[in-house]
Amino acid sequence: MSTLLEMRGLAKRYDDRLVLGPLHLAFETGETVAVIGRSGCGKSTLLRLVAGLDVPSAGTVTLAGQPIRPDDVAIVFQEPRLMPWLSVADNVGFGLRHLAKDQRSEAIAEALEVVGLGEAATKLPKHLSGGMAQRAALARALAVRPKLLLLDEPFSALDPLTRAGLQNHLGEVRDHYGPTILMITHDMDEALALADRIIVLDGPPGRIVAEFAPRLAPGIKRTAPAFQRWKDRLIDVLGPASGPAGTLTNLEDHRHAV
Amino acid sequence: MTDLAYLPGLGRSALKRRSLPPAAIGWLLPSALVGIWEAAARAGLLAPNHLPAPSTIAATILQLARSGDLAVHLTATLARLGLGFLLGAAAGTLAGAVTGASRPVRLLVDPLVQGLRSVPSIAWVPLFILWLGIFEASKVALIAVGVFFPVYLNLMSGIAGVDRKLIEVGRAHRLSPLSLVARVLLPASLPAYIVGLRGGLGLGWMFVAAAELMGASEGLGFLLVDGQQTGRPAIVIAAILLFALLGKLSDLFLARIGQALTAWQDTEVSR
Repeated sequence: MSTLLEMRGLAKRYDDRLVLGPLHLAFETGETVAVIGRSGCGKSTLLRLVAGLDVPSAGTVTLAGQPIRPDDVAIVFQEPRLMPWLSVADNVGFGLRHLAKDQRSEAIAEALEVVGLGEAATKLPKHLSGGMAQRAALARALAVRPKLLLLDEPFSALDPLTRAGLQNHLGEVRDHYGPTILMITHDMDEALALADRIIVLDGPPGRIVAEFAPRLAPGIKRTAPAFQRWKDRLIDVLGPASGPAGTLTNLEDHRHAV
Repeated sequence: MTDLAYLPGLGRSALKRRSLPPAAIGWLLPSALVGIWEAAARAGLLAPNHLPAPSTIAATILQLARSGDLAVHLTATLARLGLGFLLGAAAGTLAGAVTGASRPVRLLVDPLVQGLRSVPSIAWVPLFILWLGIFEASKVALIAVGVFFPVYLNLMSGIAGVDRKLIEVGRAHRLSPLSLVARVLLPASLPAYIVGLRGGLGLGWMFVAAAELMGASEGLGFLLVDGQQTGRPAIVIAAILLFALLGKLSDLFLARIGQALTAWQDTEVSR
């Protein structure tokens, strides 16, 4: 495996306040990495910097050693953010304007098929359920065939049943398109079920306090003892939701223990 | 369709129970008023030199139509309004799109435009006559000024109010500023833009009347002045009714186009 995404000394300040970093991180090609942490720890800032939606205050982000090009990255937000005036198919093709019509239609049909929305191509977003809309957003991101897929808590606004369905679906999507995935979440189950590696962020300023590579069997039941053991470890690291900042020291210890 | 259709008792089912189609409901009150007016006139309760009977006004309109005068006046008014509307809407669209999309331009330009907006329409008249003469150009310019402001204001605030999250999708796809305007900002602000166009058209009708009252040899506004000067109230009222009818029809036309173009909105009316 080769390094695809690399962050060196990546940091973000808002005014004089350091909210993230400096971070040093490297992702292997094809890896799925979940960044988990409490609200306000800088997870979303990290994702926005990689997506190019914010400019780093310091450090660099590179993809295969080069500055990130627009076509290399796609993002799925917490909400579907579909253009309400476009049909599902046109939303999926939103980033494909540069392609010839035939190639564009083909890419749209393929992405819709993979997310299971082939039947809904001509529908308007107002006629979609929450889960369908989020699948359309996922198809929009996949259609550009990104090397790096960024997911910003993409299933958090959905009901538990739809969420579990989509989480399972993401595995199939990954097998089909094979992108490297950076996923931001505060859902431990989601991180454990989907990620090859879990990075725990705490802050502000957001810093890496622990890293795990659970390597659980694909499709493992969430009630399985191995799954629960990793979950307990994560709970230990994340600490109580309202825990003091001082837990950081313990988290460092824990990282070394892991 | 009423905007309050979601209220209990005013919903679709309540309307469906009535045999009249919803569009006809709006005609009930005017028809009743015309009936009462006609009856009062026939009973001698209204002075014919102040308020002639609807039948007299209808006959006047018919006479104007037969003589060909009505077509001349209507064509003159509609041509002025059409040209003024096109010019005003084009300028309002361009200015609204640029100021809405660019905060620096908005900070620079908007205060000036808002200042000009508060100038009473009639105050432009002497200047336009000085600049453009007393014929068509000054009238069209006055109408265009009237149309410009609502189009500008609605489009600018529509664009400035577009959901940041949709703009971020455009930015995540690295759209150029122009593409962002064309593919996200303009479509998203279309409902506000259509409200602006309708408001502009309404003001356009007001300003065409003002322009024609100022001095014209043809047009519905001329009919108003002519009727007043020759002591024929039927002509004055006929012109007023024609203004009302044409204004309503043109607004309905724009509203229908708007409805078709913004059917994607998840609103009670568009469902």
